[in-house]
Amino acid sequence: MFDLAAIMDIAPYSLAKGEKTDLYIRAISSLTRLHYDGCPQYRQILDTIGFDLANAVKIEDFPFLPVRLFKEYELLSVNQSDIIKTMTSSGTTGQQVSRIYLDRETATNQIKVLTKIVSSFIGTRRLPMLVIDSKSVTQNRTLFSARGAGILGFSMLGYDVTYALDEQMNLDMDVVSGFLEKHSDTPVLLFGFTFMIWKHFVMPLREIGGLNIDNGILIHGGGWKNLGRQRADSNTAYKQAIEDVCGIKEVYDYYGMVEQTGSIFMECEYGHLHASIFSDVLIRDYRSFQSLGIGRQGLIQLISLLPRSYPGHSILSEDLGEILGEDDCPCGRMGKYFKIDGRIKNAEMRGCSDVYAAGGE
Amino acid sequence: MQKCGGAVMSMLPAGNRIHYLVGSASLFHKQVLVPYDPLVCEFLNSVSRELLQDTLARQYPDVISFGFWCRKANIHKLKEEFSETRLRLGLGLIFHIAPSNVPVNFAFSFAFSALSGDCNVVRVPSKEYPQTAIICGAINKVLSDEKFRPIAKMTAFVRYERDDEITQAFSEMCNGRIIWGGTQTIRNIRRLPVPERAIEVSFADRYSLCAINAERLLQCSDKELLSLAEGFYNDTYLMDQNACSSPHLVVWLSDGKALSGIRKRFWESVYKTAAARYVLAPISAVDKLTMLCENAIESRGVLSVSRYENLLYVLELNHLANNMEELRGKAGFFYDVSVKTLDEIARIVNEKYQTLTYYGIEHDELVSFVLTNKLFGIDRIVPIGSAMDISVIWDGYDLVRTLSRICDVK
Repeated sequence: MFDLAAIMDIAPYSLAKGEKTDLYIRAISSLTRLHYDGCPQYRQILDTIGFDLANAVKIEDFPFLPVRLFKEYELLSVNQSDIIKTMTSSGTTGQQVSRIYLDRETATNQIKVLTKIVSSFIGTRRLPMLVIDSKSVTQNRTLFSARGAGILGFSMLGYDVTYALDEQMNLDMDVVSGFLEKHSDTPVLLFGFTFMIWKHFVMPLREIGGLNIDNGILIHGGGWKNLGRQRADSNTAYKQAIEDVCGIKEVYDYYGMVEQTGSIFMECEYGHLHASIFSDVLIRDYRSFQSLGIGRQGLIQLISLLPRSYPGHSILSEDLGEILGEDDCPCGRMGKYFKIDGRIKNAEMRGCSDVYAAGGE
Repeated sequence: MQKCGGAVMSMLPAGNRIHYLVGSASLFHKQVLVPYDPLVCEFLNSVSRELLQDTLARQYPDVISFGFWCRKANIHKLKEEFSETRLRLGLGLIFHIAPSNVPVNFAFSFAFSALSGDCNVVRVPSKEYPQTAIICGAINKVLSDEKFRPIAKMTAFVRYERDDEITQAFSEMCNGRIIWGGTQTIRNIRRLPVPERAIEVSFADRYSLCAINAERLLQCSDKELLSLAEGFYNDTYLMDQNACSSPHLVVWLSDGKALSGIRKRFWESVYKTAAARYVLAPISAVDKLTMLCENAIESRGVLSVSRYENLLYVLELNHLANNMEELRGKAGFFYDVSVKTLDEIARIVNEKYQTLTYYGIEHDELVSFVLTNKLFGIDRIVPIGSAMDISVIWDGYDLVRTLSRICDVK
């Protein structure tokens, strides 16, 4: 039986390939068994595809669920009464959203792991924190959107948490100036979603001629979807724009999804996304789902050791990416590092019908 | 409408929201012909020649099949089969609303109606497919010949974004309306009335299946099997399995002996064909895995799953469910099931069922299957490989008869 507590005190980027592989085979095996026993739908899927735990010897042998399944079904591996929090992905109106059910243990581990990962980048000291969002997104505490959950999770890393945007998503300059004056002699942490920061922070700051926050560290995530450009192309431009409008040089992107909150993939100083000891990535050839080696593009499979209340420990995303290397990033962090090449396209399906879009229903 | 000589002149709606790809609002002149009028047949043959000579058209198999369909020999054959002894004339103006996601059906819809003796307003898909431009280009070229002037005046192809006002305007002046589309599209358009005497034909979403006589397939050589698999591929993968006539289910007729061997050989041949020809989109791979999981969760009685990479998924079912038509695959995702006789599938057939493709079943047996069971559905029973062969008999209608009227002279 794998126990997450056993690795809670290890530095998050300290396990080399051999050690991590041994750990992961035990951990994934244990989690797969846990969810097989706890989640009836997960069991039906594994039985249908004929998965046999006894035959799984490598990490790539273990099954994965397509991420869309969390939008279509309520998948729980514990009793409903143990659920303390339900998180949803932040889909736009009319879109189906994922619903992720957390018990106390999983919710606590998410916070702990997030703190460990982020503080390994910005230090364990708590920093004054400016959230580039509106406070209203965090209001409903029982039904968290991915945005609200992200903000609240990261808020544990800061103090004097201040929201830079008002209810109408306008940048509140009085609040921002007040915050900066108050904390002029210490590093400050800024946090927000990639496109929100672009639209509601960078753009308005450009108009008023910028602001000096050269004591700032910025962490952002959530993707580039509303920026209209390819993620890789705009990453450098994005960082430059941030530096131009407010002088922040330390900017970290992260990759994560609501289905695996906590065990996020942080971008290092060299612009590479890193798997920590709490997570792993595999790249799968879309033609066969064969696991691909370094430098080959495919669908990203995400593994997290955290999910215990829902079967989300091994997920096939709809993002394309490639592994850049393992244990040898110039930043010195151990583990795989990778990049995202974008989302797979919604195919233009030929046919006569407009009634069914995706899936067998 | 105003009287102009003996004929009725009808101007079509115009304006900057409507783009005329063929014909024009002012040139249009309503008149009718007899079915299979020699000039219409000659016109279609000229369109065929244009398309089959066009180097650009060769990149589009669907354009080429339309080109082949229009050629003289085929139209002549259809005319022979029509063999009408009564006096018939076109209904008048037919307004066609083509499906948004099948690029060439607008052209078939037009051709069927032109052969019926009607004049036509065809709304092409608002999405700009290259096929639309190629076919409209060929038609325009042929219509510019003075000889075809009568047909030029009877023909308009329009493109406009979804717009109830325009659809209403065309609907109000038509004698018949043909709608191709899904349930929602048809419901939306039906809210806009047509004149009292006008007819309406809707080609709605349908479901199709395939039946194979396992014992007969056993006697096949590898070569015959491969050619059958190619036919099956053309029926399904060519349109990502989304066409109404693409089978989603293969029913094996078998007494059980030796079925598993021949079943495996068949699907392997389909896989080989798909591997050589099909371009799988990454999203289709994810879709198939998702569909597989959904089937497992919904407990649909999956006996076994055969996955041939992500090109072909086959889910073997232990029974025929009453709602089989709701279980749709796509891009190479099929269900299969074994039964002893064809009659066992009669129970699940409803009005949603369109095409039954088959192998190794005698004509008499098929006829008796339909007659004995007095089926509500299945409008076409064709050999594997012919599922996509659209023609004047479609979806249970004889279109040339439907789109023309009888003048009963006694």
